[in-house]
Amino acid sequence: MDLTHLTIHDLIDLLRKKEINSQDIVKSYLKRISETESDLNSFISVFEDYAIKRAKQVDDTIIRMKTISDLAGIPCSIKDNIMVEGFKTTCASKMMKDFIAPYDATVSKKLKEDGAIIIGKNNMDEFAMGSSNETSYFNSTKNPVDKSRVPGGSSGGSAASVASRQVLFSIASSTGGSVRQPASYCGVVGLKPTYGLISRYGLVSFASSLDQIGIITKNVEDCAIVLNSVSGNDKFDSTSINREKENYREYLIDNIKGMKIGIPREYFGSEVDERIREKVLEEIMFLERLGANIDEISLPTTEYALSAYYIISLVEASSNLGRFDGIRYGYRSDNYSSIEDLIIKNRSEGFGEEVKKRILIGNYFLSSSNYEKYYEKACKIRTLLKNEYENIFRKYDVLITPTTINLPFKLGSKESNGEYGHILDKLTTPANLVGIPAMTIPCGKIDNLPIGMQIMSNRLNEKAIFKIAYAYEKNKVC
Amino acid sequence: MSYKTLIGLEIHVELNTNTKIFCGCSTEFGKEPNTQVCPVCLGLPGSLPIINEKVIEYGIKAGLALNCKIANKVNMDRKNYFYQDLVKGFQTTQYYNPLCENGYLNIENEGSNKKIRIKRIHIEEDTGKSIYDKERNILLDYNRCGVPLIEIVTEPDINSSKELSIFLENLKQIIEYIEVSDCKMEEGSLRCDVNINIVDENNNIKTEIVELKNLNSFKNAIRAVEYEESRHIELLKYKKIGSKETRRWDESENKTLAMRSKEDALDYRYFPEPDIVNVLLNEDMISDIEKSLPELPHDKKIRFIDKYELSEYDVEILIADKKIANFFEETLNYTKEAKQVANWITGDMLRRLNDSKIKIDNIKFESKDLGELINYISNGDINNSTAKDIFRRMFEQGERPKVIIEDLGLKQINDDKELRLIVKEILSQNQDAVNEYKQGKDKVLGFLVGQIMKATKGKANPKKINNILLEMVSKA
Repeated sequence: MDLTHLTIHDLIDLLRKKEINSQDIVKSYLKRISETESDLNSFISVFEDYAIKRAKQVDDTIIRMKTISDLAGIPCSIKDNIMVEGFKTTCASKMMKDFIAPYDATVSKKLKEDGAIIIGKNNMDEFAMGSSNETSYFNSTKNPVDKSRVPGGSSGGSAASVASRQVLFSIASSTGGSVRQPASYCGVVGLKPTYGLISRYGLVSFASSLDQIGIITKNVEDCAIVLNSVSGNDKFDSTSINREKENYREYLIDNIKGMKIGIPREYFGSEVDERIREKVLEEIMFLERLGANIDEISLPTTEYALSAYYIISLVEASSNLGRFDGIRYGYRSDNYSSIEDLIIKNRSEGFGEEVKKRILIGNYFLSSSNYEKYYEKACKIRTLLKNEYENIFRKYDVLITPTTINLPFKLGSKESNGEYGHILDKLTTPANLVGIPAMTIPCGKIDNLPIGMQIMSNRLNEKAIFKIAYAYEKNKVC
Repeated sequence: MSYKTLIGLEIHVELNTNTKIFCGCSTEFGKEPNTQVCPVCLGLPGSLPIINEKVIEYGIKAGLALNCKIANKVNMDRKNYFYQDLVKGFQTTQYYNPLCENGYLNIENEGSNKKIRIKRIHIEEDTGKSIYDKERNILLDYNRCGVPLIEIVTEPDINSSKELSIFLENLKQIIEYIEVSDCKMEEGSLRCDVNINIVDENNNIKTEIVELKNLNSFKNAIRAVEYEESRHIELLKYKKIGSKETRRWDESENKTLAMRSKEDALDYRYFPEPDIVNVLLNEDMISDIEKSLPELPHDKKIRFIDKYELSEYDVEILIADKKIANFFEETLNYTKEAKQVANWITGDMLRRLNDSKIKIDNIKFESKDLGELINYISNGDINNSTAKDIFRRMFEQGERPKVIIEDLGLKQINDDKELRLIVKEILSQNQDAVNEYKQGKDKVLGFLVGQIMKATKGKANPKKINNILLEMVSKA
């Protein structure tokens, strides 16, 4: 039996029946990585010895405690902008190429406590800035579905490693679509939960008010299992939501009769590949056949979301990346004439083009003469957007849209650069701006390339998303 | 010529909370470099700030003590710039919405009152420290990173170095009274920047505002201001206005030197801190803090003058330090002699504390002991000069007055019979003096009293001795 074809809940069942142990699981996944990694480049580092050692510990714990937690012995990977103590955290940047994390991110800590085995750190766009994984200092990751194409970004490595069965799940981050877009491109499930549901402590910030840690899995049930583990209030993150923990597995019920689905017109504009539009609408009809009510709706402010997103994300990024000056850690230049010169050289040589471009633009938006013109206006748009979405969720349980405007594009085609690159995130950024949960699930293929359907719901209503996604997955024969 | 000096202040006060503003690290001063740090105060990638509510409480205390209006929520902002001792590339401070606004502090100068307006008070984090070694290497100590500060900004209402001096003393006193800082300038827990310019009212021109930095004591602040005043007046004499710049006080040269021009001022690109959720402040919380405020110096002064009938001069000395004022009132639990207690504290006690550089916290005797000592005097058990000796021993050894008196047999001789015997003895030994007295030389009496005191080691009750001597010397 090839264990890499199974899901988290399959493996936990086998563990509980004592048919396998976690060392068996880890070994088969490490083998899979060694067979595929040279082609894919989805990892920046793989912790072979550590993973084997941890698997032994988990097996010992199982024997001693006679209980098996929901993630015991499950191999996973973590995007390389999230701290795992004692291992490199590079953010796929020259600036951080030798940085060893001195502490655990809250998610890493929770996963370890639940027995998950962190097998490596995923490749990504540098500092999570990009939509194709091509801005990585460690070369691009390839899309496992078609290795001539990009896996999407910025969490390209995370999506590719799940899609190629190197791991069972990956923990990634989303600022404007960095979980959903690569998940969609690679044909897997990607969740960006409500802002504040998962602690950001230990995630290298790109844009604090938008950043959210997300989950990439093979299927909806695995996603709920992982969310159970990593969500919850954290006293180390002031923006973390303080509330009762939910059990998301309870929402995996194959019944969506009477659920109300809104289809926002603005997400089906001419910039979206016509074939994707048609396919997603087709799948929405399928949900109607399962008993959901469908309405076409309009969310007019959505048109301005992308501009607001760019202004806010770049403003926050320009400030968040200020700490990388090479004084205490990170890349340090050899020749310099003064402290000021040292900081300039460290940043000029340590950051890649995309990152520098965004820092520059962010500082431009933030300069005292532009503040009101750009940043304040963007914040106002964000407030309007929040109100608009809040209102719509009084009437609808979820909104369904395509996840991406296009199919995974060719490596090196530069589609993610320039004018076009900006609108790639058009359909995913609103959920980050508003702070609501959004999931992408695979909903078929065009020319053998996967496409994703995006399900959004109101703040803290992950329940509705899980219900719809689970019912769709259960009944659809893709 | 009529010149008017305008002075506005920016005062940074390090709060004495146990932990830093955004993490649990200790704020203790003087520890080995870089030992009181964590991912948060080092600004390591991925770390996030959590606001220390004590800092908000202390900021509100300062605001209320300085008659400010308190904001209804706490928003933090980022001030972005690069410097080697700034770990995040920005300082987390308050720019758009300070915690406290529109307050004032009344100062009294030569009998007249004056209101100095407080523009704002906000909370912020301190930065690390750059230390330059002999080879001009920069050594960085990040222990101070994230130590909480309040910045107090005044309107330019101060018009002379005298007013500046009074304002600073009063402000420091208030901060010490509300116990939000130890105000040790030598440890950097109180730092004062001065903005100064001068208006020539006759010619209607004014000099450009100069910011004075690195003033590490009140004395230097005052000297720098006086130097600047004369420098600006000199400029105005020639119808010049100087330039907008930052200058520092050079102690060795006794003058200010230009540091940098304000023309190349940085754009700090302020924006709201997205990593910290706003803390809402409600009226109940603020009024609870208000109730917890101690009596402030001005109120204490009025009460002491009224209640204890002391002179304004004495009261000012007593209330200069809250701990001294408390010691005074505690002593009054053991004796009724308020005036005496004030005299002893403002006299011997403060003198000895200053001479030996001991803080009142470390004084060896208790208020109860001083009360007892004063009671011994008023009961006539000991006289004043004996009391001074006893006080010295209390101060140096921490012994109880009762023990010292018994130990040295210092109790005053009040018994008439005993005193008469002593007087008789002295008179018989000094027949010459007695004769001189009888010839009308009254001065001799002093000599005789001295002899009696010498014989009794100062224990004879001086009042009684005088009476008995007068009675007996004429009969002798």
